[in-house]
Amino acid sequence: MSGAFLLPALLFLPLVGGVVVALLRNNDKLAKLAALGFSLGELVLAVFAWIAFDANGARLQLTSSVEWIPQFGVNFALGVDGIALVMIALIAFLVPIVIGASWEEKLPEGRTLGGFLSLILVMETFMVGVFAATDVFLFYVFFEAMLIPAYFLIGRFGGPRRTYAAMKFFLYSLLGGLIMLASVIGVYVTSADVLGKGTFEWAKLAEISKDLSPTAQFWLFLGFFVAFAIKAPLVPLHTWLPDSAAEAPVGVGVLLVGVLDKVGTFGFLRYGLSLFPEASKQLAPLVLVLAVIGILYGAFLAFGQSDMKRFVAFTSIAHFGFIALGIFAFSSQSISGSVLYMVNHGISTGMLFLVVGMVMARGGSRQFADYGGMAKLTPVLGGLFLVAGLSSLALPGTNSFVSEFLVLVGSFPNEPVFTILASVGMVLAALYVLRAYQQIMQGPVRGTALVGLAGGPGSATDPESDTFKSKIADLSRRELIVLAPLVALIIGLGVYPKPVLDVITPSVTATMTEAGVTDPVVAQEGDK
Amino acid sequence: MTSTYLAAELGPVDGIAQYAWLLVALPLLGAAILLIGGRRTDRWGHLLGSATVIAAFGYGLALFFSVLGLDPEQRTREVSLFSWIPVEALKVDFGLRLDPLSVTFVLLITGVGSLIHIYSIGYMSHDENRRKFFGHLNLFVGAMLILVLGNSFVTLYLGWEGVGLASYLLISFWQHKPSAAEAAKKAFLMNRVGDIGLAVAIFLMFANLGTTQYTEVFERAGELSGGVVLAIALMLLLGACGKSGQFPLQAWLPDAMEGPTPVSALIHAATMVTAGVYLIARSNPIYDLTPDGRLVVTIIGALTLLIGCVIGCAYDDFKKVLAYSTVSQIGYMVLAVGLGPFGYALGIMHLLTHGFFKAGLFLGAGSVMHGMNDEGDIRRMGGLARKMPITFVTWGLGYLALIGFPFLSGYYSKDAIIEAAFGQEGWRGWVFGGAAVFGAALTAFYMTRLMLLVFFGEKRWENLKSADGRAYDPHESPKSMTVPMIILAFGSVFAGFLLSNGGLLSGWLAPSLGKLQVAEHGVIPHAVVPLLTVALSALGALVAWLIFGRKSVRVPVERPAASWPVRAARADLYTNALNDWLVVKPSLLLTRAFLVVDNKGVDGIVTGTATVLGGGSSVLRRTQTGFVRSYALSMLGGSVLVIAAMLVVRFA
Repeated sequence: MSGAFLLPALLFLPLVGGVVVALLRNNDKLAKLAALGFSLGELVLAVFAWIAFDANGARLQLTSSVEWIPQFGVNFALGVDGIALVMIALIAFLVPIVIGASWEEKLPEGRTLGGFLSLILVMETFMVGVFAATDVFLFYVFFEAMLIPAYFLIGRFGGPRRTYAAMKFFLYSLLGGLIMLASVIGVYVTSADVLGKGTFEWAKLAEISKDLSPTAQFWLFLGFFVAFAIKAPLVPLHTWLPDSAAEAPVGVGVLLVGVLDKVGTFGFLRYGLSLFPEASKQLAPLVLVLAVIGILYGAFLAFGQSDMKRFVAFTSIAHFGFIALGIFAFSSQSISGSVLYMVNHGISTGMLFLVVGMVMARGGSRQFADYGGMAKLTPVLGGLFLVAGLSSLALPGTNSFVSEFLVLVGSFPNEPVFTILASVGMVLAALYVLRAYQQIMQGPVRGTALVGLAGGPGSATDPESDTFKSKIADLSRRELIVLAPLVALIIGLGVYPKPVLDVITPSVTATMTEAGVTDPVVAQEGDK
Repeated sequence: MTSTYLAAELGPVDGIAQYAWLLVALPLLGAAILLIGGRRTDRWGHLLGSATVIAAFGYGLALFFSVLGLDPEQRTREVSLFSWIPVEALKVDFGLRLDPLSVTFVLLITGVGSLIHIYSIGYMSHDENRRKFFGHLNLFVGAMLILVLGNSFVTLYLGWEGVGLASYLLISFWQHKPSAAEAAKKAFLMNRVGDIGLAVAIFLMFANLGTTQYTEVFERAGELSGGVVLAIALMLLLGACGKSGQFPLQAWLPDAMEGPTPVSALIHAATMVTAGVYLIARSNPIYDLTPDGRLVVTIIGALTLLIGCVIGCAYDDFKKVLAYSTVSQIGYMVLAVGLGPFGYALGIMHLLTHGFFKAGLFLGAGSVMHGMNDEGDIRRMGGLARKMPITFVTWGLGYLALIGFPFLSGYYSKDAIIEAAFGQEGWRGWVFGGAAVFGAALTAFYMTRLMLLVFFGEKRWENLKSADGRAYDPHESPKSMTVPMIILAFGSVFAGFLLSNGGLLSGWLAPSLGKLQVAEHGVIPHAVVPLLTVALSALGALVAWLIFGRKSVRVPVERPAASWPVRAARADLYTNALNDWLVVKPSLLLTRAFLVVDNKGVDGIVTGTATVLGGGSSVLRRTQTGFVRSYALSMLGGSVLVIAAMLVVRFA
C-alpha cells in the first residue's frame, strides 16, 4: 500500500508549524494565520490518510519503520488501525477549530498568542504520535512527551490557579508514566526470554502474549493499567482532571478532555486487550465497577458543580465511564461503541467546552450563579449551547446516541446488571445538562455577569426596563464558523454513522480475536 | 390465536409508497429552514411551517387511498432507506413500516397537526418568536412521524426521544418564565425515566433475538422464554408510562400546560402522549404471549384513569383540568390495549376520537384564554357563552363527546372499552369494568363543572382585573382559530360513529393488530353496559349541576378551604410530594455528600499519595531551577521502580 509517507507527514507537519509559529510570535496576526494554515494542512493530510486506509485490509496500515536505537531493538515505527485512524482524524479536525476559537483569546500578561498556538501545534504532533506509534517504546516516549506542551499550556496560559493545576496534572501523569515505563521495560525483557532477542514491536509482542504466564501478564498489564486509568481517568484517579480542565484555556481544555484523555481508553484496547488478554479479563470486573461508579458519581458531581468548566470536566468523567464499560464488556458492539464514543465525546464535549467558553468570554465569570436568562440576550448562543448539551446527554439523532446505545446494547448480554445501572446515567445526564441550560439560559435575565451590580428595578441595568441596553452580544461570525463544523458532525454522525463504524469495526473484531473473546450475540443463519 | 391474522409476509413497495420518506423529510426540512434561517425567515416562517405539514397530510391521504386499493394481506409493507447502526450481529435499519396502524397515525398526526398549525398562526401572531415556534412544531411533527413509521424499536426510540425534545422546547417556549423552564425540565426527566424502560426492552430483544427490527422480533417472539417476554412487556410499559403520563410517571403532564395552548392540544393531548398506547398496540405479538404482562397494563390503565378523574375534579386551572382529563382518557386507552386481542383496536379507536375532541377542547380553552388576557383560572370566568358563541358551541360539542353523550364520538369509543372491560372473566371484569364505569361518572362530573364555571352562571370577571392590570374584555377569536375548532367539532360529533360502524376501524387495523375479539359473555350483559354508563354519567353531570350550576349557587372567586379528599386531590394526591421525598431530596443529598467526599476525601487521599510517590520531582522542581532537569531526574528515580518491577516479573 502506498501512502507510507502519510503518517510521518502527519506527525511532523504540526511540529514544523509549531516552529514557524514560534518564530512569528511577535506578529500576532501572521502567527495566527500560519497556525491555522498548518492545522488545515494537517486536516487535508488526515483526509488523505482516511482515503488511503482500507478498512478491511491489514491489521496495521500506512506503516513505516526506521531503526532508532538498534541496541535495544527500538524502531521509529508508525502505523494505524481503524481505531487509531479515527482518533488521528479527530485530532486533525479539532485543532483548527481550537485555533479558530482561540483567535481572540485573552491571555495572561506577557504571553503571546503565537507562543500559545505554537505549543498547541507541538502538542498535536505528540498526540498524533501516541496514536500512530507501533513500537511500544516510541509510544511511551510520545505518551510522556505529550505532557510537556500540555504542562506549559496549562501552567503559563491558564486561569488564576494555573500553577497548582498544572503541577497536579504533571504529577499524576508522571506517576502513571513511570509505572508504565516499568512495564514497558518488563515487556522487553520477557520478549527477550521468549524470542531470544528483545523487541518493542507491538505486532510481535501481540503474537507472543499468549505464551506469557497469567501472573506475568497481570503484573506487566498493571503498569500500563495504572497509567491508562489515570489518563482516562477512572474514578478515583480523576481528581486532577477538573482542576486542569478548569484552569486550562478553553482550547486546551478541548484537546485535554477531547483527545489527551482518550489515550487512556485507546491504551486499554491496543496495549491492554491485545498484549495482555488474560490479565485484561482478570481485571475486567474491577474496571466495570469503577466504570459504573464513574458514570453515576461523575453525573452527580457534574450536577453539583458551581463552576462551568469543572461541570464539563465531570460530565466527561461520567462519559469515560461509558467508554470503559464498553471496552471491558467484551462484545464487538460495545467496543465499537466505545471507540465511536471516543470520537463523539471529542466532538460533543469539545463543543460544550467551546460554548461554555463563549458564555464566559461575555460574562467574565465561570460561576453558574452569575448567569441567568442569557438566551434572551444571545438566542443563537443559547440554541447552540442546547445542541451541545443534547449531544452530551446522547439524544437520539445526535452522534453520541449511536455510541452510547452501542455501548449499552453491546454490554447488556455479558453484563446485564452493570448495563442497567449505567442506564440510570441517561437520566442523570439529562438532569445535569438541563440544569446547566436552565441556570445559564432560561428564566429572567439575571446574575452579576449579565446585569451590572448596581442594577435595580427601573434602573438602566434592570433588564425589564426599556432603557436596558445589554453589552452582551450574540455570536460573532467567527464563533459561528468555529461551531458550525461541530454541529454538522453532531447531526451527521447521528444520522449516518456507518462510514465511521465501517472503519472501526474490523479493527475491533481483530482486537477481540487477539484478546480471545467472542461475541455473545452472533448473527443468526438466514438473517438479512 | 390472533397472530394468524397478522400479515406474515411484507407486501411489495411500489407506486406512491416509494416516496414515504417525504412524510418525515417535509416537516424536518421545514424545521431546519426555520431554525437555521433565523430571523431572515420571520416574515414567512409560519406559512412555510404550516405548508410542510399540510403537504405531508396531502401525501398521507394519497398513501391511505393507495393502501385501501390493496388486499389486506398486502397492506403491511416496509421501505428500507439506509443502514443506520450496523456492527456485526446488530443491524439497525433505518426504514419505514407502512401498514394500517402507521398510516392511521400518519393521518391523525398530520391532520390534527395541520389544523393546529393554522390555529397557531392566529394564536401566536403577537409573539416575536412565532417563526421559532413553527420551527419547533415542525420538528415535533417530523419526530412523531419517525416514531410511528419507524420499522424497528430503535427507530421508534429515535422518534420517541425526538418528540420528547420537541415537547421540552415547546413547554419552555416562553423560557423567560421560570415555571415554564422548570416544567419542561421535569417533563424531559420523567420521560427519560420511562425511556430507560424502552431502552432495556431493546437490550433484551438484542440479547435474546439478536435483532431489533419489528418483522424479526414479532416473527420470533415465540422463541423467547416466558420470563423474558414478561420482562420486555413490563419494560415497554415503563416507557409507555413515561410518554403517556401513566401512573407512576404522570406528574409531568399537568405541568406541561405551561407551554402555549396549541402545544397542549397537539402534543400533550392528541398525539405525543398517546405514543405509549401506540407502543403497546404495535408490540401486540409480544403482549399476546404474556397474560401477566397484559394484566399489569390493565391495572396501570385502570389506576391512572381513576387518578386522573379524581384530581381533575379539584383543579381550578382550565388547562390543568383538561390535562388530568387527558391522563385519565389515556388510562382508558391503556386499559383497552391491556385487554389484548379484545382491546387493541378499541384503544386505538378511543385514541383517534379523543384526538379530535380533546384537541378541540384545548383549542377552545386557548380561545377562551386568548379572549381573557391569558387568564387560566376558571373561578375568574363564568357566563362566557354569549361572549364567545363559536367557542362555546364547538367546546360544548367536544364536552358532550368526552362525557359520552349518546351517539357522539366518545359514546362509541369509551363505551366499547367499558364493555370490553366488563367482558373479562371473574374479578377482573368487576374491577376493570367497575373502574371504567365509575371513571365515566367522574368524567361527567368534572367536565360539567368546567363547563358551568366557564360558560354559564355569573360573570365573575366583570369586577376583576387580570394579572397585568387590565380589565377583562372577553371576545371571540379570529377565523384562523375558530375554523380549526369547527372542523374538530365535526370530528367530535361524527368520528365515533363512522369508525365503529360495522367494525370499520377494527377491520382496517386487523393486519396490524389482529382481528378484534369480542367476549362471549361478561360479568354483566352487553346490552346493560351502555345504559349503565349513560345513567352514571348523567348522574355525575347532575351532581355537578347541583353543586355549581343552580341559580342559587355563588361560586367564590377565591378557592375555598375544603375537606381532606378535596385537599388531597388539589395536591395531586400527593404524588408530587412523594416524588420529592423518594427521588428529588435523596438525589440532592447524594450530590452534596459526593461533593464533600470528592473534595475532601478522594482528592486528598489520591493526590496525597501521588505527591508522596512523585514527591521527589515536586520537591526538586521547587529547589532547582530547570523543569526539564527535574523531569530527567524523576525518570532516573523511576528506574528504581523499573528494576523492582522486573524482579517481580522474573520471580513471579
